[in-house]
Amino acid sequence: MSESNGNWGLQESATFDRGVISEIHRAAETGVYDIRGFGAKRSMPHFDDLLFLGASMSRYPLEGYREKCDTDVVLGDLNASRPLHLSIPVAIAGMSFGALSAQAKEALGRGASVMGTSTTTGDGGMTDEERGQSSQLVYQYLPSRYGMNPDHLRMADAIEVVLGQGAKPGGGGMLMGQKISERVAEMRTLPAGVDQRSACRHPDWTGPDDLAIKIEELREITDWEKPIYIKIGASRTYYDVKLAVKSGADVVVLDGMQGGTAATQEVFIEHVGIPILAAIPQAVQALQEMGMHRRVKLIVSGGIRSGADVAKAMALGADAVGIGTAAMIALGCNHPRWDEDYKQIGSAAGFYDDYQAGNDPAGISTQDPELAARLDPEFAGRRLANYLKVLTLEAQTIARACGKAHLHNLEPEDLVALNVEAASMARVPLAGTSWVPGWEG
Amino acid sequence: MSSFSLAEGSVRELNASLHAGGGQVGDNEWLITEPDGRHALACGLNEPMEVVIDGNAGYYCAGKNQHANVTINGTVGVGVAENMMSGRVRVRGNASQSAGATGHGGLLIIDGDASARCGISMKGIDIVVGGSVGHMSAFMGQAGRLVVCGDAGESLGDSLYEARLYVRGDVKSLGSDCVEKPMRDEHRAELRELLDQAGYDAQPDEFKRYGSARRLYNMHVDNARLDGGGGNE
Repeated sequence: MSESNGNWGLQESATFDRGVISEIHRAAETGVYDIRGFGAKRSMPHFDDLLFLGASMSRYPLEGYREKCDTDVVLGDLNASRPLHLSIPVAIAGMSFGALSAQAKEALGRGASVMGTSTTTGDGGMTDEERGQSSQLVYQYLPSRYGMNPDHLRMADAIEVVLGQGAKPGGGGMLMGQKISERVAEMRTLPAGVDQRSACRHPDWTGPDDLAIKIEELREITDWEKPIYIKIGASRTYYDVKLAVKSGADVVVLDGMQGGTAATQEVFIEHVGIPILAAIPQAVQALQEMGMHRRVKLIVSGGIRSGADVAKAMALGADAVGIGTAAMIALGCNHPRWDEDYKQIGSAAGFYDDYQAGNDPAGISTQDPELAARLDPEFAGRRLANYLKVLTLEAQTIARACGKAHLHNLEPEDLVALNVEAASMARVPLAGTSWVPGWEG
Repeated sequence: MSSFSLAEGSVRELNASLHAGGGQVGDNEWLITEPDGRHALACGLNEPMEVVIDGNAGYYCAGKNQHANVTINGTVGVGVAENMMSGRVRVRGNASQSAGATGHGGLLIIDGDASARCGISMKGIDIVVGGSVGHMSAFMGQAGRLVVCGDAGESLGDSLYEARLYVRGDVKSLGSDCVEKPMRDEHRAELRELLDQAGYDAQPDEFKRYGSARRLYNMHVDNARLDGGGGNE
């Protein structure tokens, strides 16, 4: 190579690129798999690969700002005497106190309540901050049963039996020792500072037949008032949704592999589960075959970022969506204002994913009192409310363009796909054709 | 005492009556007849009351109990007294698996044998078993005491945190990170107290104590099992 060519002749391996080489070095130096937060970062077919067919001659649009386009959703009216009534079809997904600071949990409650939607607890139980600020709170019932308190079951507005999450279907929760503060340890009945590995299976039921009896118990304890959700990570979605319905769920929460986590092995995040785009049609098919679509409600999550994503998920058959990572970002996670702090811990704004480390400069995924104090719950709650408002307005804009007076009226017929993969997964035609690869005949 | 026949009324009607605080002014004592293995009996109780279930119960009997004393004159299915917070549950017969699972407090007494996973993920409950317990009992036990007057099956106390285990008979095998520990006076004293509460006259000196070696509390490469025999998580 001549000097005048500089490094132009160097060729990076597509198989062993710098990221791969870095990980091999890290593994060789530590002997431990990499653990991080956030969600899958790999590229995969997603809502960006779908487009809406706006109205023209053959469809009649609604005026963009003033004509009615409702957004509300009722959850749990199949069996519960007190179903949830959300004003917008965007709920806050389960995130634990422990993974998040108390201030962050409070901010989520504040923002969601302003917009008339629900928040969700996580592994570790219910805090006063989130119950106090959440007008509608879903209480997770997890394999670990950390902090599981029947008083909280009765205080909740709905109960979510968690079988898995999109970031790690088949895996249990993690909370590393640096985040097990005295308060977190007390809530979870664990010694402070231990690396907490939650169970991946529930301790007192195995399989859908048992789960049906467990749900019966939960309904009895709460006098059949509360909606019961079942949350699953997207993998064998068609079968899992059928079994969830058989088990007696009012609501199925389906989390795609893009869904976030506070701490999980990198290999789990990137290599287990399926994209939400592929999972939604499987879930809808299962519900339709059982005659339960729109009766057992479907909430989908994992990579929801914009009102377009909301609209596309609903057009594919979801009744509502859940957001976790996007909600954290709305609070202030990965904000450029903390870039210098991110750099000091070897990251950068826009890249930060070490939620397991407990040193989040934005004060969200931490139990450090000084860092947590950086997040003003009122201010962060307003940011979240603004973001939820934008998601709703964007989804309404698209729905009106498609001539729909309610977001629930969006349908697969409104969608086309930009590429063969997305067309096959989402089961909508490739744009400009009537071809749904893999589904004709 | 109030009586409720499950041959005549439903489980929903029974639990609604119990949750309403009784129905019988005064003693708040209940006799439940013809349970016939029905599930979720007397679950979610939340005030002091005496409940006797005269016969066999199904899954999750007395689940999430608070304050109440529940006696089952028969056998019970999966998860008796699961996640109990306080009060006392007594099973006069045998119990299926996951008895006392995730319990945070109170006392569970099983006069017969308990199946697998007795005391799994226990978080402060005390469990006294007159007979033997099955495999994986006290798995991931975090707090509380498990007393076994008979034998214990395979993998007792696997991945144990701070729960304390006392076994009089044989232990088929100990789980990961569970070790035998010396019996000191304070352990003999607390064991005597638990046996007295259960009404058993077994002698503390006949028992061995097991607890966590605390080697798995923090992740370290040397704790990771690479033999395919199961992980530590």
